[in-house]
Amino acid sequence: MDAEAARMIGAGIACFGMAGAAIAVGNIFGNYLTGALRNPSAAPSQFTNTLIGAALAEGLGIFSLVIAFLLIFVG
Amino acid sequence: MTDPAIDPLHQFHIVNIFSLGKVGGVEFALTNSAVFMILIVVLISAFLILSTSGRGLVPTRWQSAAEMMYEIVANTLRSSAGTEGMKYFPFVFSIFAFVLTANLVGLVPYFFTVTSHIIITLALALLVILTVVVTGFIRNGIGFLKVFVPSGLPMAIAPFITFIEILSFLSRPVSLSLRLFGNMLAGHLVLKVFAGFVVSLTAAGVGGWFAGILPLGMTVALTALEFLVAVLQAYVFTILTCVYINDAIHPSH
Repeated sequence: MDAEAARMIGAGIACFGMAGAAIAVGNIFGNYLTGALRNPSAAPSQFTNTLIGAALAEGLGIFSLVIAFLLIFVG
Repeated sequence: MTDPAIDPLHQFHIVNIFSLGKVGGVEFALTNSAVFMILIVVLISAFLILSTSGRGLVPTRWQSAAEMMYEIVANTLRSSAGTEGMKYFPFVFSIFAFVLTANLVGLVPYFFTVTSHIIITLALALLVILTVVVTGFIRNGIGFLKVFVPSGLPMAIAPFITFIEILSFLSRPVSLSLRLFGNMLAGHLVLKVFAGFVVSLTAAGVGGWFAGILPLGMTVALTALEFLVAVLQAYVFTILTCVYINDAIHPSH
């Protein structure tokens, strides 16, 4: 296998990391909605925490996306 | 991939508008990135100065828009860093206004997205982290190091938790900058990839004109999504800034 093909396959594999972030972000917002529908009056106070959690989870997925970009476009 | 109409990376090229020459091997030039940063600052200043110049007890539409922006940032900062944190309000508000305007200006066709370059977002993130570290040490002295040792920790696991806390603190500037950069870069890439499909399909003939409607509709829908992402990422950047500033004010948690 030449290096170019290996790089492209590596970029594709790196994108699997984003599946984890997708599950995490879906989990966070799903659970937020579950809680918000049970107790709507407490929902606005927890929205900030929801966003922080989603941002932290999403950041890890972005790492793998950056690895994919580095593999495709750099070097 | 070299055709600029289809190449999705063409939008991120930095070009010199005029060069001031080289100083010590480093070129000083006015680039399109710098022009858009100037535009962003001018836009924010014009919006805030013009909307609040005729301060009325009954606000006009523009004034209430400016007040809303103020309230959002002030409430976020107050709820995560307390009233003491309001000292940092001008800093946090500037960051929010800059990132929000940069993200939104980037969505205008043919405009340059400043925040899709890692150097800009890393500079912003390092500014935030250095502010936290410097003011943390000034306010708390050596007590700022308590941020690495959560209170009420059994002695047996304290070294491991401290190690993890140090790692997570060090990864903050990386994750803060990469999140904004990655979101803006990926969003604009996807937009331009779909727009490139329209160009390729219409070049294929009359049948392609009708088939091109599908990716065109997708581009419109993605643009709407990108507006959401632009505002959300600016807000997330602000929230995390507030949370980190809270560490500088109250290091023991």
